[in-house]
Amino acid sequence: MIKGVWWKISALVLLLYAVMAGFFITVPGTMMGETIRTVFFHVGMWFAMFVLLFLSFIYSLRYLIGFEEKEDIVAVEAANTAVCFGMLGIVTGMIWAKNTWGAFWVRDPKLDGALAGLFIYLAYLILRASVDDVHKRAKISAVYNSFAFILWMSFVLIMPRTAGSSIHPGQEGVPLLSLDLSLNTRLVFYPAMAGWILLGIWIMNLRIRLNKIQRSTGR
Amino acid sequence: MNSLAKEIRVLTGKEFRLELKKKYVINGLLLYLLSAIFITYLAFDRIIDAPTWNSLFWVILLFVAVNGVSKSFFQENPARHLYYYTIAGPQAIFLSKILYNMILMLVLSLLASGLFLLFMGNPVVHPGLFIAALLLGSCGLSSILTMVAAIASRAGNNFSLMAILSFPIVLPLLITVMGISENALTEASRANVSGQVVVLVTINIAVVALGYLLFPYLWKD
Repeated sequence: MIKGVWWKISALVLLLYAVMAGFFITVPGTMMGETIRTVFFHVGMWFAMFVLLFLSFIYSLRYLIGFEEKEDIVAVEAANTAVCFGMLGIVTGMIWAKNTWGAFWVRDPKLDGALAGLFIYLAYLILRASVDDVHKRAKISAVYNSFAFILWMSFVLIMPRTAGSSIHPGQEGVPLLSLDLSLNTRLVFYPAMAGWILLGIWIMNLRIRLNKIQRSTGR
Repeated sequence: MNSLAKEIRVLTGKEFRLELKKKYVINGLLLYLLSAIFITYLAFDRIIDAPTWNSLFWVILLFVAVNGVSKSFFQENPARHLYYYTIAGPQAIFLSKILYNMILMLVLSLLASGLFLLFMGNPVVHPGLFIAALLLGSCGLSSILTMVAAIASRAGNNFSLMAILSFPIVLPLLITVMGISENALTEASRANVSGQVVVLVTINIAVVALGYLLFPYLWKD
């Protein structure tokens, strides 16, 4: 998708910085204490997942316009990579939740939305596996992807607001972007997010290339 | 536009005639509903509180809806679908299926609530709000599930596929409608309810619009 090597190098540099600075900077003594460091990793997983799922949605729509096989490959590999990031996001979130809320899983609209998203994309992958014909599979799964993504967005973006009882941080204002962080934390947070998103796109790119090789060799 | 309305009317009439001809399908669905409610009645040998009543009711309705709607594309064979495609547009076919399933779900949900009131006691405090939840909930369920049934039928008539595809995407609708219905069962605060109704109506409209745009892609081979 993106040409050149500069963005891979910047992904590495940004993540190296995020991991080192993420553990070495002093964080302000807020209610979350030292556990706020998880924001550099856990939130990064969700950022990467959202970007990848959005790409998957866009490429599904593009497939429905032009019926090009390469659009379908991007859509499925973006979803595959996003599922991995989603699972890591849930695991990192559970570790944080155990230390902050005292339980690995609590009842909260944001957590429910995250799990529902994982189920939707696992179902998407099972749907793909159950159809043998390549073009039919691409078309059916593109329809499901576009339909499910919009319904899931309504779950993730609207529900926590109408329910009005999320205990998850970052509840106010624009989703994901208005976390209440100190300047010190912000200097690590934004580079870390960019790094995780670039890493996600990199992994997706590798998977797309692998998928194309497998298709052309008939395996 | 006029021809679309005519096509929808004829096709919906066809669905009704088909249902009346094969009475065992609708009877099977009714018995499914009745036995599910009877099982919950036997499982709880006392009067249950309002939140439990609410959750059980909607979970049963979800399962009945998945069963009822999934047949809408499995029942007729692909050759007959090809024939419909030659005489009507895909949008007309989709909208007629949705319309038929909405009416079916409305009847089933009214029946289910009647049976539930009979067997599990009556916690309903605001009947108007509860009926609104039933109305919007069954319309939304049937339109989401019609779309998923179309997808599942194209992927090889697999019933478990229908369930795994529909359960996660039905959640925003189901949780909102359960929230409204729980408000109808309690005397206390109803502050949030108008917002939830707006969300529910929006989801309903969005689903029908999305299905209207996406269904033609499923239809053609």
